[in-house]
Amino acid sequence: MAIIDPRHAAKQLIYERIFRSATLTAAILVLLLLGGVAVSLVRGSWPALSHFRFAFVTREIWNPVTDEFGALAPIYGTVVTSLIAMAIAVPTGFGIALFLTELCPPLLKRPIGVAVELLAAVPSIIFGIWGLFVLAPVLQRHVQPWLIDHAAAIPGIDKLFMGPPYGIGILTAGFVLAIMVLPFIAATVRDVFDTVPPMLKESGYGLGATTWEVIWNVVVPHSRVGIVGGVMLGLGRALGETMAVTFVIGNAHRISSSLLAPGTTISSSIANEFTEAVGDLYTSSLIALGLLLFFITFSVIAAAQAMLRRLERRALLAL
Amino acid sequence: MNRRTFRKIKNGAFLALSMIATSAGLACLAAILWTLISHGIAGMSWRIFTQMTPPPGGKGGLLNALYGSATMTLLGILVGSPIGVLAGTYLAEYDRDSRLSVTVRFINDVLLSAPSIIIGLFIYEIVVVHMGHFSAIAGALSLAVLAIPVTLRTTEDMLNLVPIGMKDSSAALGAYPWRTILSILYPAARSGIVTGLLLAVARISGETAPLLFTALNNQFWSTNLNAPMANLPVVIFQFALSPYKDWQELAWAGALIITVTILILSISARVLLALLQAKGGSGK
Repeated sequence: MAIIDPRHAAKQLIYERIFRSATLTAAILVLLLLGGVAVSLVRGSWPALSHFRFAFVTREIWNPVTDEFGALAPIYGTVVTSLIAMAIAVPTGFGIALFLTELCPPLLKRPIGVAVELLAAVPSIIFGIWGLFVLAPVLQRHVQPWLIDHAAAIPGIDKLFMGPPYGIGILTAGFVLAIMVLPFIAATVRDVFDTVPPMLKESGYGLGATTWEVIWNVVVPHSRVGIVGGVMLGLGRALGETMAVTFVIGNAHRISSSLLAPGTTISSSIANEFTEAVGDLYTSSLIALGLLLFFITFSVIAAAQAMLRRLERRALLAL
Repeated sequence: MNRRTFRKIKNGAFLALSMIATSAGLACLAAILWTLISHGIAGMSWRIFTQMTPPPGGKGGLLNALYGSATMTLLGILVGSPIGVLAGTYLAEYDRDSRLSVTVRFINDVLLSAPSIIIGLFIYEIVVVHMGHFSAIAGALSLAVLAIPVTLRTTEDMLNLVPIGMKDSSAALGAYPWRTILSILYPAARSGIVTGLLLAVARISGETAPLLFTALNNQFWSTNLNAPMANLPVVIFQFALSPYKDWQELAWAGALIITVTILILSISARVLLALLQAKGGSGK
């Protein structure tokens, strides 16, 4: 016969309280972490922000000797390299997702899916040295001269591809970023495609639509929110990616019209200069760059998560 | 050309493009692996595992960097994963739908894809500035912050996979939730949680950006956690960009070691997960 010992029960209750508060503390710690990041970045960048005020984000100058810092060149580099990356990675990732969900023989589906996911696990520094020692020479010898020759004839475009083919620069950084974010976009879009109810697709096929017509008129409209979410998740990665870009961007604090010229991004400026920064204003300006990056990526990632979440809820309702 | 052929051609064109896209993606992975293997094997020798990083122009190995990376990764996991597992437990078992839980889940997903260099700056501000110098502790802490979101996410997902009947049976026997979680749910979700740990190790062991200004680097053998410590990613970064041939060779060898380790970790995580799903599928 089981007899409940009141002392035993009381002890159990104490353990329960301890364990529950431990888990609650850990959960709150995650919240504090993000708050802590924001607060510490604002505090660290305060000297620079109060000194330069709004001019910090509108000036191109970056001169450690005269202690004058402006973030326009890194902001420009971050945005342009990410746009190049997205222009390449979005159609390619979409193609991979389409192949995996609609075309791939079942036997190959898993190996190819895993291979794409493994590409995502490769650390960014590896993309960096690969970009510098393998991709950049190839671009320099074969791709960039061709671009320079053929773009010269087109007014408007010619400015984008001017100057000597360095190999490294904004365009190369965009290429490396494209390869890095490709697996994220491909995997998310594939997962989103998988949430489309088969019945909808079969109805399309039943009406005599081709595979492409089913994709474009049934699958894509149904998963539009998720696709945008996946693309923005990739964009968030591209904006904040550091090491891969640092190797191939050339670290030049200026804005030039040519995509072949060396440039800089927010994250690569921090990575390149932080440990060598002398003086409070220099360090603080680099932290202010970090704060800018934090706000940009936070808003992009938060929007992406919100969209993907909406899709998840809808998928649950559809079940 | 009639409409039907046009539609067929359009269909064929787009499907061909999607195949080209897939081959391009796979080609990139193959090209990266091939470069790593061909360059890395050349630099491989026993010296890598027995000697310290050399001064410019000298021969040497990567022993101090390997030790530093292993130490800081281990410390990072030891600090970060309990927080991730406990927070994941809270979200899965104590409180699923409150405003707090929804916010934590959202913030965690944001942290999961936040740029790691920001985490490095954060640890620099709160640890390095206060201690006054770079240290292995700061490096390990920045890796811990990166490990938390990965373990939290997998723990929550894996606890949700445990059949509800097991939880109910335990509760029916009069067990408090803590007892149920520790004695029933954790063992049931064990391989899932281990998968999360493997993924976290894979994620943090290749991180470079947050270590640049937390652990910095150290050319010599050092086991002092309160001093700068060598680590593989930063050594690769420094050596690859140097003009010295010996250094570049070591960088390639290091890159090969790090990539192979991470690929093995992610593949075993996947295999574990597949085994788990196979078991769960037959159990239902």
